[in-house]
Amino acid sequence: MIDMKKLEGMIDSSPIMKDFADIETGNMPEYTIDSKIPEGPVAEKWTNYKAHQKLVNPANKRNLDIIVVGTGLAGASAASTLGEMGFNVYNFCIQDSPRRAHSIAAQGGINAAKNYQNDGDSVYRLFYDTVKGGDFRSREANVYRLAEVSNNIIDQCVAQGVPFAREYGGLLANRSFGGAQVSRTFYAKGQTGQQLLLGAYASLNRQINKGQVRSFNRREMLDVVIIDGRARGIIVRNLVTGEIERYAAHAVVLATGGYGRAFFLSTNAMGCNGSAAVQAFKKGAYLANLAFTQIHPTCIPVHGEDQSKLTLMSESLRNDGRIWVPKKKEDAEAIRAGKLKPTDIPDEDRDFYLERRYPAFGNLCPRDIASRAAKERCDAGYGVGTGNAVYLDFKYAIERLGEDVVRDRYGNLFDMYQMISDDNPYHTPMMIFPASHYTMGGIWVDYELQTSVKGLFAIGECNFSDHGANRLGASALMQGLADGYFVLPYTMQNYLSDQIKVPHFTTDHPEFDKAEKAVRERIEKLMNIKGTKSPDEIHKRLGHVMWNLVGMGRTLQSLVKATEEIEEVRKEFYTDLRVVGSADDLNTELEKALRLEDFLVIAKMMAIDALNRNESCGAHFREEYQTADGEAARNDKDYMYVSCWKYTGDTEKPILIKEPLKYEAIQVQTRNYKS
Amino acid sequence: MEHTISVNLKIWRQRGPKEKGQFVNYHLDNVSTGSSFLEMLDMLNQQLVERNEEPVVFDSDCREGICGMCSLYINGHPHGPVQGITTCQLHMRKFNDGDTITIEPWRSAAFPVIRDLMVNRNAFDQIQQAGGYVSFNCGGAPDANDTPISKEVADVAMDSATCIGCGACVAACKNGSAMLFVSAKVSQFALLPQGQVERKRRARAMVAKMDELGFGNCTNTGACAAECPKNIPLSNIARLNREFINAKCAE
Repeated sequence: MIDMKKLEGMIDSSPIMKDFADIETGNMPEYTIDSKIPEGPVAEKWTNYKAHQKLVNPANKRNLDIIVVGTGLAGASAASTLGEMGFNVYNFCIQDSPRRAHSIAAQGGINAAKNYQNDGDSVYRLFYDTVKGGDFRSREANVYRLAEVSNNIIDQCVAQGVPFAREYGGLLANRSFGGAQVSRTFYAKGQTGQQLLLGAYASLNRQINKGQVRSFNRREMLDVVIIDGRARGIIVRNLVTGEIERYAAHAVVLATGGYGRAFFLSTNAMGCNGSAAVQAFKKGAYLANLAFTQIHPTCIPVHGEDQSKLTLMSESLRNDGRIWVPKKKEDAEAIRAGKLKPTDIPDEDRDFYLERRYPAFGNLCPRDIASRAAKERCDAGYGVGTGNAVYLDFKYAIERLGEDVVRDRYGNLFDMYQMISDDNPYHTPMMIFPASHYTMGGIWVDYELQTSVKGLFAIGECNFSDHGANRLGASALMQGLADGYFVLPYTMQNYLSDQIKVPHFTTDHPEFDKAEKAVRERIEKLMNIKGTKSPDEIHKRLGHVMWNLVGMGRTLQSLVKATEEIEEVRKEFYTDLRVVGSADDLNTELEKALRLEDFLVIAKMMAIDALNRNESCGAHFREEYQTADGEAARNDKDYMYVSCWKYTGDTEKPILIKEPLKYEAIQVQTRNYKS
Repeated sequence: MEHTISVNLKIWRQRGPKEKGQFVNYHLDNVSTGSSFLEMLDMLNQQLVERNEEPVVFDSDCREGICGMCSLYINGHPHGPVQGITTCQLHMRKFNDGDTITIEPWRSAAFPVIRDLMVNRNAFDQIQQAGGYVSFNCGGAPDANDTPISKEVADVAMDSATCIGCGACVAACKNGSAMLFVSAKVSQFALLPQGQVERKRRARAMVAKMDELGFGNCTNTGACAAECPKNIPLSNIARLNREFINAKCAE
């Protein structure tokens, strides 16, 4: 039970909660929000939009410049397609090559409603599964469009020469994934993200070769420049020289990925960050649904304090692997003490808890449910390994299919597991545990993928748009490429159609001076703290706070405590940070410090968003709100909305704006994966 | 079971492409054998920062062997002594207590050192830009199942497409040749029906760019394939030679 007295005391002493209490009591000014959803039935909205949107003729496209920040699936596909259309594109990435973006690490596959398997799939069913998987917290019109263009993506990628897996007859192969009862996932071994990204990278290279796209590597965006209310450029730091550079354009597209490294340990790459989102936030773009962060159920467990990141094992493993923990607590204890091996436990003493709790979907239930169920068993004392791990067992698949078939399907994943853990998964079950993986929340965008700042667009994982409170497996690749290849290139024209008379911008506008000055001051401030703690040390501390208090299970108390502890980490950051080296030089410590400063903003907003949402839905599980059998208790009456947050100042209260969600094509229901 | 070891590190440090570099020795205790090699370097850097010294600069991103960002020449081998993996997948359990580990950057004229262990691999991007694509605009693609491709062909194309562009092949080659890298991309498209139209043009353009950028010639030593973290086979180079000769004859 929650001790309300104690809680009130905590609320009073927390500056963030005071801000927040104001929002709850309705003391904040009302803001309206326009998601620009086209009229008509959901199945016709996108067709209608395309039929009536404004276009830019080829001669005028030549006169328009577009900045695309990021070169993952969304960024590379958008930059190349906008280039193909004739716009001048400036494309930026923080890595040494556009091909390194973290989309490359996606393993399992990409969904599309092709129904090649004749198993009853359709655009509507993909749409339905995605909305249901997102626990009715996504925008119906966006998701329908996503499902609609999913088929074009597969056609496009095959035409690019992406070597998808094929059947002996020469047609494309499919596999099944969590949250669906059809096989609609296209894949290229366990390297689907790599192959799709290299496809987009190839198209991008063609445009770079033509001079239509100019590529800037090892550059990190540090601010968006707004001129007369429209995004007109960016300030970047050259990561090799430390120089601050300016770039101007008619529109700016952010494709900068998710903020999952707010947890420090995650499956994200070392360079992944939420900084572009924070800079957009500070310039007026709303952040939405930040509480919705996906904790992926099948990652390799943490080995120790020096760990720098976690490795995901593809969800596709759940097709043939069975997840279990010992039925008897004493068996679990003996395993943890090294006295028993998993293979010593007979079948009747194994608790296949997902099959037990969710008979209809079993091991293929959605990620949020699988993650929470693992945590529940471990918290109850049935965990293996360090206590924070469960088994994923291929014994049964090997008995059923033979080792060769299992090797053919999952060989590279098994090798990867063995390399990291030193265990052979053909002989002993894998150990897995949930880890931060993907962020459904992000920059708020309307139907046109435009943020609340004119001319500033956000695509891919960095926007909030399509996955609601939980993303289904193999849908991230689909969304990134849908946004980049098939949505933004249309909506961008609609935006630029009245900008054709606006001449090329130069970077000597006073707004550029102002933005650059602010960036330089920010860097100088961090360099001059001259404390004792490295950015990584402080980031690890933030990660512990986020994982323990804003992780898989949240409570009012944990979140209030999180806001206080984040504040303490923030204080430590501004008083005890040490950045060695100099600012106008290659400086990896400074890069980390700048990103961490922004993670502190994101972390606070995540906790506030989670506090505001007094319900459990999808990946957001507030322990106070659960049904008698431990399932998420959603509150559609009060929370069927997108929570959008507006920045009002570093120490000011953020403003909550609600975008109501309306379901017309789908009947809202309780998510059920049991029967 | 995992335990901790001590290691001696001999690390190449160099301020910039034109400056003179040198080996610097470091000693590191309490390294868990369950840590990855790069986590060991993170530990070293943490200690350097504590001593107010600049950390050793090296590239890394995904840390799961797929982005191709990490490099490092470890004890004379690109990506270290274990075959078929990248540096980020190398674990400290492969080393013994008291070992001395020598760490150098990729050494090739086409990959100048930026700082310490970080090198500039833009030349790889430029080769891809010269022709590593199917010239095809988004929008007009036929149905994905219109052109069946036999599983065998698709699988071989996939094996070639697995290249992560890390540059180990160039670093391993005594001539600094990029043939394995170039041949992997040329092979992928030469095998698939989508790549046929531009097959000859692609082979010519990519080879010409490779030569222009200062990569060495191939003398069929095979070090590239032996050291490739993705096991890209040498047969790709044979295919590239065939593609190139055919393309030249057709000129």
